Amino acid sequence: MNSVPDTLEGLISLEYRHGFETSIESDEIPKGLSEDTVRLISARKNEPEFLLEWRLEAYRRWLKMTPPTWASVHYPPIDYQDIIYYSAPKSQKDGPKSLDEVDPELLKTYEKLGIPLHERAILAGVAVDAVFDSVSVATTFKDKLAEVGIIFCSFSEAVQHHPDLIKQYLGTVVPVQDNFYAALNSAVFSDGSFVYIPPGVRCPMELSTYFRINAKNTGQFERTLIIADQGASVSYLEGCTAPMRDENQLHAAVVELVALEDAKIKYSTVQNWYPGDKEGRGGIYNFVTKRGDCRGTRSHISWTQVETGSAITWKYPSVILRGEDSVGEFYSVALTNHRQQADTGTKMIHIGRNTRSTIVSKGISAGFGQQAYRGLVRMARSATGARNHTQCDSLLLGDRCQAHTFPYIEVKNNTATVEHEASTSRIGEDQLFFCRQRGLSAEDAVSMIVNGFCKEVFKELPMEFAVEAQKLLGVSLEGSVG
Amino acid sequence: MLSIRNLQASVGDKPILKGINLDVKAGEVHAIMGPNGSGKSTLSNVLAGRENATVTGGSVTYQGKDLLALAVEERAREGIFLAFQYPVEIPGVGNVYLLKAALNAQRKHRGLPELDAMDFLALVKDKMKLMEMNESMLYRAVNEGFSGGEKKRNEILQMVVLEPSLAILDETDSGLDIDALKVVSHGVNSLRSPDRAMILVTHYQRLLDYIKPDFVHVLSDGRIQRSGGPELALELEREGYAWVGDATNEGVVAP
Repeated sequence: MNSVPDTLEGLISLEYRHGFETSIESDEIPKGLSEDTVRLISARKNEPEFLLEWRLEAYRRWLKMTPPTWASVHYPPIDYQDIIYYSAPKSQKDGPKSLDEVDPELLKTYEKLGIPLHERAILAGVAVDAVFDSVSVATTFKDKLAEVGIIFCSFSEAVQHHPDLIKQYLGTVVPVQDNFYAALNSAVFSDGSFVYIPPGVRCPMELSTYFRINAKNTGQFERTLIIADQGASVSYLEGCTAPMRDENQLHAAVVELVALEDAKIKYSTVQNWYPGDKEGRGGIYNFVTKRGDCRGTRSHISWTQVETGSAITWKYPSVILRGEDSVGEFYSVALTNHRQQADTGTKMIHIGRNTRSTIVSKGISAGFGQQAYRGLVRMARSATGARNHTQCDSLLLGDRCQAHTFPYIEVKNNTATVEHEASTSRIGEDQLFFCRQRGLSAEDAVSMIVNGFCKEVFKELPMEFAVEAQKLLGVSLEGSVG
Repeated sequence: MLSIRNLQASVGDKPILKGINLDVKAGEVHAIMGPNGSGKSTLSNVLAGRENATVTGGSVTYQGKDLLALAVEERAREGIFLAFQYPVEIPGVGNVYLLKAALNAQRKHRGLPELDAMDFLALVKDKMKLMEMNESMLYRAVNEGFSGGEKKRNEILQMVVLEPSLAILDETDSGLDIDALKVVSHGVNSLRSPDRAMILVTHYQRLLDYIKPDFVHVLSDGRIQRSGGPELALELEREGYAWVGDATNEGVVAP
């Protein structure tokens, strides 16, 4: 017999293979959260007064809020005074001028993750704004993009160089008081990506950011803002991994997308944060608010997510369909293995006439994984002729995992159409035996079956990442990164 | 090629195979017949390596190797093919994708170069003509929405593509109308060769009208009660299985 486990049980109990830690010095502020912390972060980042005031407003609101309890996830209360709210790799203090100035340790980390930062990036045509903990360390292709007027930089840079755009759009999709985690993020956000596509410009390449949580006890609070002006279009990919740790780490990001008239934004995520060990120790708490605003007529926002990591995922990438004839899409694959918990889904808020939305959600549970699809489709009184189609499928591996579906449907306009389909199936030992009897290894068989299940979503991913996602999903079932 | 000695196996706590002895040589076609619950399917499953049956005694040697020590996929790559009684559906996985992955996994094991998409398609389209299957079935998900007959044809298509050394057909004739039975039999017969063996597990004589066996064995109560030539199948068809049971009760064991 070979050493590869050949039962479902064996396959889904292997371990995470990305648990290395990069030893580089960090510039951290002390643990704890107060108004002073917020001021300190803002000062470190040399922010203009309006942003500090915005952060403080968020902090004051956050103090009066309580964490949401409606999700089907369970975890001990988080001590928000026990978190470090700002951490930057020390060697990056003055910021790199080019890749040559980037700490080689960091580059090695990226290499291990397979991030195409050097020539590989050029060959693949991928522009990477790599976020290492809180500071953006390298931005490629910026100049080339600038030629067509595209701004693609770290959020901090945007604050320095394009404060007008930040002032105009920040918090207009996810207001500071939106929810507990969004308010927290607004108060203490560290860095993230900023994209502005000027009118009529189609972004000539996929934009991509890889986030990586490295320093210990660091909450990561990314803030990303993408604006596609009239007739512009952009495709953006976000990918994540984190090293193995025993403590749970909080990750509360906010992503805001704004699409003006005839603009199109496609946002794809491959999330593979550390999921915790087999017993559920450690792992990332991924409490994320992502929302797009189809502000203009015929605008189009599409979310595609492949969520295989994190101990707990709480995430509902949503679209507000304000403009007439605007289109919102949500394609999701979420996988929970071992003791992972995920409560994920979307909100499609139809306000404009003839707005359309599509939801395709594929949930895979293995081990003791807990998974809930939670989705809201709201047809406002004004949403004449609006349509939604939701398809929600769950796949179970083994007999100790769970899948739940919570569709919320609110219709206030009787010309609107809402369709909901749901199914639950199971990878049987039968399917596995069949594939192995034809000569495939058990690993390849599970990977093939799961990929078959996710096909509808994978075809929405940009080509170069679809393959990556397939591999990731296959190996995530054994608990490792592809 | 295959040598089964005193093979015993249980499903759960229940002993199903109680000492099977069988030798299959290259070029031979053996039919194993018997009433429901006699252990026919368990024997197929044990040979293919399915975990639901536990081997409790005896040995199986296949091409000089201890078959029972090999994993399911290793047996497959060594040339053992099981045509399933109830083929499973795999939604979203294209038939052509599965076939290509399977063939290349086996070729790799045998030190042969993997086939590229063009060569593979040429091969599989050729085999589909043999099975009188529409090419569109290649691009449908494995067995999803297939009729019973289509599923069985698809099993035999996989067999003719993979060209196993030892093919085990578990009740392949069940659920087939006469036309489909002819096509399936034609596919099976096309594979008959001096260096290939087949075991047909069946309840009825009908299949044996189309695929002529060299030997017929009657399995009952976990043992081979009688062995003989093709005429034994006809005798069974005439007399039913009851007399086999009677023979057992009287303690008369076939040669």
